[in-house]
Amino acid sequence: MKNLEEKVFKALMIFASVTILAVLLYILYVIISKGLPSLNWDMVSKIPSGGFYLGKEGGILNAILGSLFLIAGSVLISMVISLPVALYINFVKRKESKFSNTLRFAFDILFGIPSIVYGAFGFMVMIYFGLQASLLGGIIAVSLLVIPIMVRSIDEVAVSVPQDLIEALKSLGATQYETLKVIVRQISPGITTAILLSIGRGIGDAATVLFTAGYSDSIPVSPMQPAATLPLAIFFQLSSPVEEVQNRAYAAALILTIIILILSFSTRYFGRKMSKSKL
Amino acid sequence: MIDIATVSPEKPSIKQKMTIVQSLPVSNLKVIDLNVYIHGKHILKDINLSIPEKKITCIIGPSGCGKTTLLRSLNRLHDDASEVKVEGQVYVGDEDIYAKNVEVTHIRKKMGLLAQRPTVLPMSIFDNVAYGPRLYGIRRRRKLYEIVKHQLQAVGLWEEVKDRLKTPAVRLSIGQQQRLCLARGLAVEPEFILGDEATSALDPLSTTKIEEMFLTLKEKYSIVLVTHTLRQAKRISDYIAFMYLGQLIEFGPSNEVFSNPKHKLTREYLDGSFS
Repeated sequence: MKNLEEKVFKALMIFASVTILAVLLYILYVIISKGLPSLNWDMVSKIPSGGFYLGKEGGILNAILGSLFLIAGSVLISMVISLPVALYINFVKRKESKFSNTLRFAFDILFGIPSIVYGAFGFMVMIYFGLQASLLGGIIAVSLLVIPIMVRSIDEVAVSVPQDLIEALKSLGATQYETLKVIVRQISPGITTAILLSIGRGIGDAATVLFTAGYSDSIPVSPMQPAATLPLAIFFQLSSPVEEVQNRAYAAALILTIIILILSFSTRYFGRKMSKSKL
Repeated sequence: MIDIATVSPEKPSIKQKMTIVQSLPVSNLKVIDLNVYIHGKHILKDINLSIPEKKITCIIGPSGCGKTTLLRSLNRLHDDASEVKVEGQVYVGDEDIYAKNVEVTHIRKKMGLLAQRPTVLPMSIFDNVAYGPRLYGIRRRRKLYEIVKHQLQAVGLWEEVKDRLKTPAVRLSIGQQQRLCLARGLAVEPEFILGDEATSALDPLSTTKIEEMFLTLKEKYSIVLVTHTLRQAKRISDYIAFMYLGQLIEFGPSNEVFSNPKHKLTREYLDGSFS
């Protein structure tokens, strides 16, 4: 009887793992098989020319660059906010204090809020400040989306900083600020991971940028201009009745997937490199 | 030998206590009427102790008797824990470190702490030792190099690491790391070295090295060690403080305490009746 139980659960685990893998491979297959034929140098090197959405010339360089600008801006802003928060709840306040745990809980809730809500909220904020749909608006909205992810993933490594290390620093006569500087160094592999996780999440989200960043056919040269993004590029092309344009959506998806793939491989690479220099 | 617990049965004034304490060996570190509460629990009860200068004092006692709490009180490491309440005085020289206007970093600088496990900083071997001096404003490369070299020599690590001062300190073995931590502590020129079971995570060979180090270092520093191993206390201590359930039961020169303990509890502990 025990033996059967073991076998059933083992089978279930294998089934679940294989299903996940199969789904992933199927998605990749669809994107590659549909996208690859439409993928050409024009796609990544040119902005859309007139009638692009009707199957004519051009590419989506505007969306590629838009997405990269957007994510660079929001990662920068969220880092400036998240790192101090994570440090504060772990090293200034005590790790398990009521305040710290309340804040962690709050970020867990924020983590679960659908991105369209952030988009709507960002839009509201923009109206309040009299901003139009622009790269800056998008950056703000995506930052809102990304901050909880960043805080929580930095928090996770910060929690595991040994108390002994902090006490060693204090015994040397280090002040709070000097202690924090060393701690940031100690958790830098975790910070890298947090950044790359946030990039992965922020770059692929369509709903946050729908109202806030807008869409444009040209490359944004100022943060006040609307900017195209890859997820929206996919969305618009996919809604086109022209089959050629629909296939371009898959090509755009392929580009986005490759960008994310590069980023997550670099996560692993940096993670390993950091831990190597730690051992 | 003076057993403080028995000398004055009724409450003496602070001044009287000071006299009692002063009759003990030359000391720059005196603990007077120290009471520590953690989460309202009375952990240290009326501790009076003076740490003899340039000697090794070992604090022994069964687990949970407050050895570590006492050690940590000596450089105010309880400061950040809101659940810990400290009453009483700890005098370093003439200065009460628990007085209101004392700057805590200034106190801690005088105490080199060696933790149970080595706690190397996430930086190179050189930077680990240079960290303290840099905090105190020493910037010149040459000066820093001299300090680092001197302290690494003092802990017998120089020959082992002189060709790889730039490698991350975490690459050293645990025993080497512990000696590095000692060198790092010495680099801020403390007056005291506090060791909290500083060898318990080390292999026998590294332990021996650290113990030898202490024996050399006591020429320049007063050393306080919390230890779980009686043998270690026997090997290296000059004075023994025996604690039990938050009280200091017996304090005296280690040969006296080991050969002829005054208190029944001390005798039982040394005999291994409990541990």
